[in-house]
Amino acid sequence: MSAVSPVIERGTSASRIAGIGVVAIIAMLAIAPQFLSAGSVDRMTALFIYVILAAMWNALAGFGGLVSVGQQVFFGLGAYFAIRLANAGLNPFVSLFVSAIIVGAVSWPISLFMLRLKNGEFAIGMWVIAALTHLLVNLDRLIQGETGTSLISLNVYDASMRRVTIYWLALASMTALLAVLFGLLRGSTGAAIRAIRDNEDAAASVGVRVTGTKRLLFVLAAFGIGVAGALWLATAITFQPKTYFSVQWTAYMIFMVLVGGIGTFEGAIIGALIFFLIETWFGGAGVWYLIGLGATALVFSLLLPRGLWGTLEERFGWRLLSVGYRVRLPAVGAADLAADTTASAQTTTHREKA
Amino acid sequence: MMNQIVQGILLGGYYALIACGLSFMFSVMRIINLAHGSLAVLSAFALWLLASRFHIPPFLGLAIVLPLMAVIGWALQRFLLERSARGGALLPILTTFGLAIVIDNVLFEQFGADTRSLAPFIGSLSYDSWEWPGSIYVGKLAVIIFVTAVVLLGGLQLFLTRTGLGRSIRATSEDPDTAGLVGVDARRANAIAAAIAMVTVGLAGAFLGMRATFDPYAGATQLLFAFEAAVIGGAGSLWGTLIGGIVLALAQTLGATVHPQGFLIGGHVAFLIVLFIRLYTSGLGLRGLLGLASGKAS
Repeated sequence: MSAVSPVIERGTSASRIAGIGVVAIIAMLAIAPQFLSAGSVDRMTALFIYVILAAMWNALAGFGGLVSVGQQVFFGLGAYFAIRLANAGLNPFVSLFVSAIIVGAVSWPISLFMLRLKNGEFAIGMWVIAALTHLLVNLDRLIQGETGTSLISLNVYDASMRRVTIYWLALASMTALLAVLFGLLRGSTGAAIRAIRDNEDAAASVGVRVTGTKRLLFVLAAFGIGVAGALWLATAITFQPKTYFSVQWTAYMIFMVLVGGIGTFEGAIIGALIFFLIETWFGGAGVWYLIGLGATALVFSLLLPRGLWGTLEERFGWRLLSVGYRVRLPAVGAADLAADTTASAQTTTHREKA
Repeated sequence: MMNQIVQGILLGGYYALIACGLSFMFSVMRIINLAHGSLAVLSAFALWLLASRFHIPPFLGLAIVLPLMAVIGWALQRFLLERSARGGALLPILTTFGLAIVIDNVLFEQFGADTRSLAPFIGSLSYDSWEWPGSIYVGKLAVIIFVTAVVLLGGLQLFLTRTGLGRSIRATSEDPDTAGLVGVDARRANAIAAAIAMVTVGLAGAFLGMRATFDPYAGATQLLFAFEAAVIGGAGSLWGTLIGGIVLALAQTLGATVHPQGFLIGGHVAFLIVLFIRLYTSGLGLRGLLGLASGKAS
């Protein structure tokens, strides 16, 4: 083995096919509203928002090692600022994105403070921030406390045109956010991010800027979740603080990421898809549905902490949207197979360096 | 004004009570149990069920509920926390959060959305009060809660410093491996610590039900109160928790006088201010703050 020099790969043939597949899927989704019923368009919009939520929570927890149970703060603020901006006369569709930018800006000072907390303290600390923000938003006269208000200016648009526009905005936002995250993870920051995920102290000792990298993820996640909140407002029209600042949103994010596979790029997307299907089939079961979600999250965290995708990836060495590096040993015949076994796949993906 | 301060201090006793289990578990097992508040509400519902269905008064009901809570604590540690803690520091957060969702929604499924209270089952105690000099009226229940908190904190302190079991729990919290070398069964120590913590949670739940109302989703708020009081009180000893509870309650009282909706805001803001000052003056992480609320007490 020592005679052969290893080949560094950035993907497998499967991941190249997957890359083409992704482009094809997005293209199909873009023209899908032509063929879908109004109800289906709305559901698909919800799916895109779930994917954003899962990917953003995963960016924070899976890659940054920051488990937050207060991410609903950015969801709620995304909707709130959109209401405020639209009320000030800005075009409602433009408001959605300006709002998310403001959310990202607001998250910066929060990060300066919160990132000094660790693990559980960070998790609940964020929850306190969310609870406080909820109370402060309630004080705004425009919102009228828990009664809430609506994004009235959106009503001037024709309903079907509005529906399709929001669908496309959600699809475009999802694609752009996933692309940014993918680019970030594949680039040099990605190596730092994964080094932090695997061992924060060791990463710091080899010169990784731990806090700066975490801050980047924190702000990105806040921005993305802000987009999601604003888009949700666009589909729902009404804004009730209690609904948007509900910890339920974070529960959904945790469920999606835990089931899909925490710390894997594909896992969050798969988790969102699974959540979407479960919601479609069992959402009507009311409280039992919520019990089921909580219990599933509990079971996954105990028995399958790497989630579905993480487990499959580990067992079969699968890569679809490869963000890491693979070291393959070009040996003769059967040894070629051996290089693709789980052991080497595992070491290559998790011990990688830029 | 004096009256409000006295009421605030007494309310702080309740916060100290609900916080002490959280900071105790954190100090021993390094786990923040996100189901903490939900478990307190579970205890309140258990007492409510005993009182309304079987006519067992809440104070008597505690004789049934507290041992049950101890068993729950033991099982929680053995079957959930111990396992998830092996997967790193992040998994227990997710596990206990999942548990909180399950508990909240099972309670909702069983008892519906109605707010309940244990007050109707404790007779005149819920509204009786003593008059103190300066025409300050203090509720008997509030005084009982405060005294219970003081006794419980003192008892825990004594237990940790004076008994063999307490010392083995402290040894485990300092360094489980070394404790194991000298013959301490770390698993047993942790399970007992969790059981004790849940007894305090059960007691806090009982008082929550007696002094106020609760509903199936009240757990989250209680968790935040417990966390805030534990962090504000922070360093040093279990007594810090009492101070933390009082500071939290006074901040809420102050908030309520400033604005009709300022009660909760006042508490959250006080928490953030204290956290801010601590983080920037001590240079310690929060671990140093929550620090060893009990373990290093001497």
